Formats: sequence, C-alpha cells, structure tokens
Amino acid sequence: MAAKKTTKKPNVSGEELLKYYREMLLIRRFEEKAGQLYGMGLIGGFCHLYIGQEAVVVGLEAAAEEGDKRITSYRDHGHMLACGMDPKGVMAELTGREGGYSKGKGGSMHMFSKEKHFYGGHGIVGAQVPLGAGLAFADQYLENGRVTFTYFGDGAANQGQIYETFNMAALWKLPVIFVIENNQYAMGTAQRRSTSTPDLYTRGEAFGIPGELVDGMDVLAVKSASETALKHCRSGKGPYILEVKTYRYRGHSMSDPAKYRTREEVQKMRDERDPIENVRSMLLTGKHATEDDLKAVDKEIKAIVNEAAEFSKESPEPALEELYTDIYADA
Amino acid sequence: MATEILMPALSPTMEEGTLAKWLVKEGDTVSSGDIMAEIETDKATMEFEAVDEGVVGKILIAEGTEGVKVNTPIAVLVEEGESADDIAAPAPAAAAEAPAAEAPTPAPAAAAPAAPQVDLTPDWPEGTTMKTQTVREALRDAMAEEMRATPEVFLMGEEVAEYNGAYKVSQGLLDEFGPKRVIDTPITEHGFAGIGVGAAFGGLRPIVEFMTFNFAMQAIDHIINSAAKTLYMSGGQMGAPMVFRGPNGAAARVGAQHSQDYAAWYSQIPGLKVAMPYSASDAKGLLKTAIRDPNPVIFLENEIMYGQSFEVPDLDDFTIPFGKARIWREGDDVTIVSFGIGMKYALEAADKLAEEGISAEVIDLRTLRPMDTGTVINSVMKTNRCVTVEEGFPVCSIGNHISAVLMQQAFDYLDAPVINCTGKDVPMPYAANLEKLALTTTAEVIDAVKQVTYR
Repeated sequence: MAAKKTTKKPNVSGEELLKYYREMLLIRRFEEKAGQLYGMGLIGGFCHLYIGQEAVVVGLEAAAEEGDKRITSYRDHGHMLACGMDPKGVMAELTGREGGYSKGKGGSMHMFSKEKHFYGGHGIVGAQVPLGAGLAFADQYLENGRVTFTYFGDGAANQGQIYETFNMAALWKLPVIFVIENNQYAMGTAQRRSTSTPDLYTRGEAFGIPGELVDGMDVLAVKSASETALKHCRSGKGPYILEVKTYRYRGHSMSDPAKYRTREEVQKMRDERDPIENVRSMLLTGKHATEDDLKAVDKEIKAIVNEAAEFSKESPEPALEELYTDIYADA
Repeated sequence: MATEILMPALSPTMEEGTLAKWLVKEGDTVSSGDIMAEIETDKATMEFEAVDEGVVGKILIAEGTEGVKVNTPIAVLVEEGESADDIAAPAPAAAAEAPAAEAPTPAPAAAAPAAPQVDLTPDWPEGTTMKTQTVREALRDAMAEEMRATPEVFLMGEEVAEYNGAYKVSQGLLDEFGPKRVIDTPITEHGFAGIGVGAAFGGLRPIVEFMTFNFAMQAIDHIINSAAKTLYMSGGQMGAPMVFRGPNGAAARVGAQHSQDYAAWYSQIPGLKVAMPYSASDAKGLLKTAIRDPNPVIFLENEIMYGQSFEVPDLDDFTIPFGKARIWREGDDVTIVSFGIGMKYALEAADKLAEEGISAEVIDLRTLRPMDTGTVINSVMKTNRCVTVEEGFPVCSIGNHISAVLMQQAFDYLDAPVINCTGKDVPMPYAANLEKLALTTTAEVIDAVKQVTYR
C-alpha cells in the first residue's frame, strides 16, 4: 500500500514492541473466537470483526493519557480491548449475557465503559462523529486538558454530518482527533466507487483542519502520528485529522460473502503487510524475543480469550426484569 | 486435542445450509484464517475459515450435502501426530444455547377499574404572590435561574446569543452568562444536536434550542438514536441529561414545512420525556424540571403562545413535576383533554358550552411522556364522556392514544365513543382560509362535545 510516511519511525524498545504484539494479538485472537462463537449461534445479529486493522487502535492508544476519551462506530471490539476493557465483559456482551458491559442489552454494536472513557459503540454510520466532538466540547468547557479520539471509516467520511462537525470543531477549536480508519471498503463498495477524491486526510482543508496520512499496518507509524495529533489538540490548536490506511481481512460483517474483492487481494495483504507479523519479525530480527518467548505470549493470549469465551457462555442471560430497567435515569 | 468443526451460522437467520465444497482434504494442515470450505446459505455462498490450527483429521460431511443443520459437526481437527481414529466418539457438540425467553406474564387486561391514585397537591402554596408574565419571559427566567444554579448548564442553538433568540426567548442571556455558556451555532441542526448529545455524555447539561422543531427533523437521528437510547444500550452506564427545546406546531401563514406538531412523534419514544406547556407558569416550572432531569427531554413550545400573558408565582424556585396534569376547570358533563396551544380551544369551548348549560371539565396534560392518564380516567369516571384536542395530524395522534387508554381502563364508564379533535390530515396550506380549516377550531370542539353528550 502506498501510504505516505509522513512521520519518522521512533526508536522503540523491545519491551514496547512486545506490548504492541500482545495487544494486537489479543484483538486478533478475540475476533477469531468471536467469529467462531457466531458460527455456533452464540452471538447473534451483526458482528463486525476488526481482523487486519489491529495496528490502528493499538498505535493510537499507545500515546493516549488517562482520561482521554474514545468513541467509534460498530466495528468496535478492537477499540474496547485496546483501551483496556475486560475481554470477558466484551465477549459476554456479544453473547447477550448479564456479564456483558451493557448487561446484554447493547450487543456487538452498542457497548460502553464509563470507567475506560469508551463512549460506544454506535450503530448509525457517522453519528459518532458529532458525538465525539461533543465529548471534546465538554472537555474544553470543563478545562480538563483531555482529548477525544473520534473514529470513523472511509464509508462514514461521506456523511454530511462529518462536515458539519468539522466546521464547528475547527470554529470552536475542540480537542478532538478525527481518525479515519480507511479500510478501503464501505461494506461492499470500494472507495474508488464511492468517493470523488481519494485523499481523505485532506477533507479538513476547507475548514483549516490539518490532516495526515498514516500507514495503518505499521503500529509504530500510527503511534507516532497519534503523538503528533495529541500534542496539537492538547496545545489548544483545535482538531486534527489522521487518515489511517488499513485493511479488513474479513467481510463487512459475518454474513458478508465479500465477493467485491478477490481472494488474492486479501491474501497479498495478509502475506505482505500483516501488522502483527510485522512486529513479530521486528521482535525476532532485533533479538528482542525468541520464538519460544512469542510462543509463550501466544499461549497466554489464547488462555485469556478462552477464558473470555467460557465466561460469555456461562454468564446467564439477563433477568427478564431487565427488559424494563435503564430506560430512564431516576430524576 | 481433537476439536470438532461445526457447521457455522453465517447470517443472523441461517438455520441450515449446503456444504458446497471442501477446499481442504484429510491430512491437510490448516492455520487460523485458511479457507476450509464453501457453504451456501439461502442468500449467498460464503467461505468458511479455520479458527484453530491443526490437521484435518476427518471430514464428516461430504461436499454437496444439502440441508446441513447449523452446529452439526462437519469435520474433526487434530493436532500434529494425533489421528482422527484415536478420537473416542466425540462428545456431542454443545448446541447453541438459545433458550427461548419465557414471555413475561402480560399485564392482565383492565378489569373493573379502581380510581387511579393521582397527585392532587396544588402547584404552589396558597397565598403565593403572583406576577404577570409572558410565556417568553417565563422560559427565559427558567433558563437563567437554572444556569445560575448549575455551571454545567449551557444553551446552544441558532441565533440564541448575539441575536437574543430568533423569537427573543433567550433575551439577555448572553449578557449575563457570556459566550462560553450561550453559544451561537451555524445552521447545522444535525451536527449541533449531535455535539449537544456528546457534551451531555461528557458531563454537561446542554439546552439545545431548535429555531423550530420542524428543523429538528434534520437532527432526529441524534435525538432518538443517540440521546434516547444510550442509557439502555449502555446498561445504565451513561445517558444524555439534556433538553431539546423550541417552538413546535403551526405559527401563522408559514406553510407546510414550518407548521408541524411533533407531540405524537416524540411521545412514542422510550427514553425521551416530552413536555408541552400551555401557560407561562407551566412553561417556567416544567422547563426548570426539564433542565434538572437526568434524561433527554423534548420541550415543545409554540410561537403563538410566546407573547401570551399569564399569572406566574413570584417564587425564588418553583418547579412543576412531570406526569402531573392540571385540571383547569371542573365540570360534570364531559372531559376535554388537551395540551399546549390546544388548551386555547378547549378553554374557549368550555366557556361557550357553559353558556348552553353544558359543564365541561378541562384537563391540561402538560407532559405527554410521562402522561398523567390517571387524572383523565378519574375525570371520565365522573363525566362518562371525553373529547381530546390537539393541532397535530389525526393518524396515531395523542388523542388516539388517550382513546385507547380509556377503552382499556375505563370502558365501563364511557357513555359515548371518545372523539379526537385534531389538525386535518393534510400538509399545512398557505392560504389564510385553508390554513384556518386545516387546524382544529373551538367550533369543532363544541360540536364534538355535543356529539358525545347527545345534545
């Protein structure tokens, strides 16, 4: 992929690389397990997997500080794991159980964690963008120095409300990073078929919002871009756009046969650009870890994911009384 | 350890499918992500990927088999060195537990109704000094008082600050609270409503003004999908404590796109509260309650009412609770139920009916969600007849809902079918004579009362 490298790769320790390897691997294995549970009928409805895009959230979160917020649309499992939400609670929400983050009432697309400042999990394409700017508005109002990561895809990038939001975010200098996760397909529509100009990172130019193109298969490049964007926002200069070029290996959702692209295209990406393999080879060639070390990590991740899956099966369905709770907060 | 591979469900509704083609054979090594088979559902042919790594020990279902039920074992995956033959009859796969939820016991259909318990306390203490105020001033005072009390409350909308409000409702607020808390937005309802909801998620208490609720159509996704549903979708973790307010319904001679009453639309949504005041005291007391409420509140005002004067209690802090109707006049022959500007017709009709010896009880619902149906039922148990009045469209109206409630909960007390006086089933015309015809009128309310009282 011809992503322009606008940032220099930072020096990185083996410890840091291992952390990214572990976090990305957790997302991948978690998603594979979710796909499996979906196939078994334990997860229902829509289930949008993040496989292939792991470096995006892991890289962005690597530079975040405590109290920073994040919000995204419905391909959200990776974001939740990357900000430290418990895999057990996420998986149990996917299976619609009491132990899920939303007590089983939200599902794959609607999950939240006040504790981890994760504001969803939204099912309407693009709607999370003004919501994210609103979170940033609150932070600016409360003068707490926090920044909000507002994620959306190349598909959402054509929604009108994005530009209404860009205008107000720039006008009011809101501390928000607009992260465009460009995985190149809006469901089954390739970007070239839906989008008049390919460079989404320039979409803020009309509003004076700086933008940057980032290689989303390279976790270090993403982290470096995240640092730049956070610094910009925290210094009171207003919003920043990161177009992070990435690729989803699986279909749009579990029920997508993905006939709009060739198997070779997907395989080539997996073979040549895989973000986890990328870090794995850096770890090995840099002699930061041995094959055995990585095997141990794999085993550890597998155990976490299996534990999450078990929890998600054992946690009971919500009590029937839950149908009528959480509709109104007590006045 | 050997693992069974089960026939996957590849869509939310798939129960069985055809195992069209195996892309691996026994003895092949697979790793996670490799395509193992093609499976046909009723909608598409899907590729089925391996999740675990291992060796294909045995294929249990031959390709071309149709009608393979979801969760049937289709192959066995073994580890290097293991043989599928070693497997003692594999334990039957745990079928996906999808326990049919027992339907909650339905509420029993209303039997002989007991008189509902309702809140009959006066809205303010007897002897309270009153002052005359317009609805416009009452709304402004409500916002100003709540903004003084709570720093997180702010007002945003088109022309609310420097212009002092398109209808001058926010007159003077910018001067008192400054541009941080009284914020002019660009003309982008969808965007600023979304920013308002996000700010509420983030700990603020926004008041979002729409220049009219007709323009809130651009923002209705955020009102309903983002504001109303998040508390539920988050299992109670976060919601949107905020107010969406502005003029609603017909003004005068502004045509179809500026004249719609949205009372019934918003009242349908669980997670929203809906207030629609008539008098200035209710406008003030209900708006203060709305701003303090931890839920999203739709506050429906009316341009024609802004300049009308009423007596308002001269109290430092005065609120009207939600879900408490007000009985404007007591009567014995018929119950007229209305809200918002509809009260004008209801009260005028009651005056004229009194001259003809018909005694009407007039109830102002004040809030539509929650709705004080108890007060309506109690009244109908006395009068045995009911007419509802609103300016909105007739189909699926608030009046329709009240009729249904009365039929279910006070059927034995009704001596006549309930009549709903509503706006006509047409987009609002511009011509003065047609516009008048499109709205409900005092004369129509009087006619309806005569019908239900068989006069």
